[in-house]
Amino acid sequence: MAAESRTSDLHTTTKSIKSRPLPAMIILIGGIIATIFALTLSISIGAADITFSTVWEAIFHYDPTSTSHSIIQELRLPRTLAGVLVGASFAVAGAMMQGMTRNPLADPGILGINAGAVFMVAICFALFPGMSYNGLILFSFIGAGVSVVLVFGISSMGKGVVTPVKIVLAGAAVTAFFTALSEGIGIYFSLSQDLAFWFAGGIAGVKWTQLKLMFPWVLGALIAAMLLSKSITILSLGDDVAKGLGQRTKLVRAAGFIIVLLIAGVAVAVAGPIGFVGLIVPHIARFFVGVDYRLIIPCSAVIGGFLTCIADIGARMINAPQETPIGALFALIGVPFFLYVARKERRNL
Amino acid sequence: MRSIGIRSEDERTRKRILILLIFIVLIVLTFVISVNIGAIRLAPSELLQTIIGNGTAQQELILFEFRLPRIIISMLVGAGLAVSGCILQGVARNPLAEPGILGITTGAGLMVVLALAYYPVGESIPVGLLPFLSLIGGISTAIIIYMLAYDRHNGLLPNRLVLNGIAVAAGLNAILLVVSLQLPEQKYDVLAVWMAGRIWGAEWRFVFTLLPWMIILLPYIFLKARTLDVLTFGDEVATGLGVSVEKERLKVVAASVGLASACISVSGGIAFVGLIGPHLARKLIGPNHRFLLPLSAVAGALLLLAADTIGKAILQPSEIPAGIVVAIIGAPYFLYLLSKS
Repeated sequence: MAAESRTSDLHTTTKSIKSRPLPAMIILIGGIIATIFALTLSISIGAADITFSTVWEAIFHYDPTSTSHSIIQELRLPRTLAGVLVGASFAVAGAMMQGMTRNPLADPGILGINAGAVFMVAICFALFPGMSYNGLILFSFIGAGVSVVLVFGISSMGKGVVTPVKIVLAGAAVTAFFTALSEGIGIYFSLSQDLAFWFAGGIAGVKWTQLKLMFPWVLGALIAAMLLSKSITILSLGDDVAKGLGQRTKLVRAAGFIIVLLIAGVAVAVAGPIGFVGLIVPHIARFFVGVDYRLIIPCSAVIGGFLTCIADIGARMINAPQETPIGALFALIGVPFFLYVARKERRNL
Repeated sequence: MRSIGIRSEDERTRKRILILLIFIVLIVLTFVISVNIGAIRLAPSELLQTIIGNGTAQQELILFEFRLPRIIISMLVGAGLAVSGCILQGVARNPLAEPGILGITTGAGLMVVLALAYYPVGESIPVGLLPFLSLIGGISTAIIIYMLAYDRHNGLLPNRLVLNGIAVAAGLNAILLVVSLQLPEQKYDVLAVWMAGRIWGAEWRFVFTLLPWMIILLPYIFLKARTLDVLTFGDEVATGLGVSVEKERLKVVAASVGLASACISVSGGIAFVGLIGPHLARKLIGPNHRFLLPLSAVAGALLLLAADTIGKAILQPSEIPAGIVVAIIGAPYFLYLLSKS
């Protein structure tokens, strides 16, 4: 009897998951259109003023003799596209982590994953200066993995339950540790200047070669994330419910974390540790489309890409001609948001 | 019965004095080692000769003008940060509270950096002004995180305090970064050194800037040891014991923030000293603040002096800032505490 009522409870729980496909479609289609518009705007803004029509021409009727065409093709287009990809990556990584750990404060930056990746990138810079970009991505991935193991291993030790607070604290300490080590490496190998670029988080120097290497990884991880999204929704209901529904929680979580590491590792290798995108975007997505991760993940990708593109425009305009690091910009928006979520989230704090 | 009680009290006092002495011996040893590291070394025998006045002019210059101020600053800052952390842990009833983690260090540092950044190029800023600026930043940050962590129904929420501190520190760091990128190169270098936590004020004038703050605030805090003991029990018990909680808490927290800010203004961004010092002391001596505070101070002094010495020693001739060394030791220790909590 009890078991029966429990199953029916579970049934109603799964049925009552708020899923709003219509807003999701609007966000996806509207978001993609808005992103294309933002891309064009982003490409046309800069030291050399370029009109929209020139942007159009440079992309579709490329004329190698024109200076503005080559500026667009060689400098502005790759960085802008990289911004969109990086933003989408961090946002999806954050969404998956928030779902899998049921922690509203999860974000690759806050949980120390980015710092671990930066540390490995620093080691590559110091010891293997000529390393290929694929190698860099691999190391970045390993660093991200070490951080995840540390943060979740340590916060699940001890007697108490794993609370969001514990995970955030562990993330902060792991970040402090790896940042200190990276700074130490930077000082010892006189790489401080180069590494400062990574710490700040920016997409200014991204070239086509990096973009081409990054793209298949991100695309693959996004597809994998979509395939896993239904299982993540079930996991986000809690372990008991997920097990009751016959889900192999460990397997799903392991697969999910590998995707997170991959996507965050690649993004850090390209753009440095940009925090808070992965925190803010999934909350926005959830606000509009409900708690179904089949909708949250694609919407997060689109919103993350769009916001990063806008932030990149802002980063170049605030203090022109110098660039404000996009990571700092997101931190300034993200911190009040974090405080708001932490205050709202009463149950475990 | 009574005589036994007295004897064990005697024993405990003896143990406390012994521990304090061990720490002082360790500090002296580290001091000797620290003096013996650098471009020009001063061996222990030379050090002794120089101290009693028989050294060469060069040895005197090295010891009294270069090494000594830096060592004294390290010790003062270490002691100040540890005492500050000890207070915060007692008041917040959270073993992870510490000026660095709560963002007070970063807030204080931001003001110092702004001052250094926007003071006219070519003129040097009056050193005595720095602790005051630092204090403004530290106090403002403390007020923000305190208010955000205050719940109308449940009072001060210890976990949320730490969580807010981490977030506020991240935001302030972002502001620091934005400010730093607008600076001319020579100023950026000063800032980079500051942010990494190198003991940069290694001159006598910095020692004399910091000293008055320590002389006033440390005895004041030691006098408040009893109040801190009571506050540790929680708001209700403390009120029951006749302590006006809000007022007393405000006083000690202000003293703690003042101490940390003054230290930060000459030392750069150093975290985790306020965590390790008090914990070490509490393990050795127990939670009684009358003994805990002085031992925390001594442990903090030893810790930062050792960190600075290690930073100088391992990668000669380049130096690793003390702040980085402390973070590499302190972060795992923080994780260890977290895993046990």
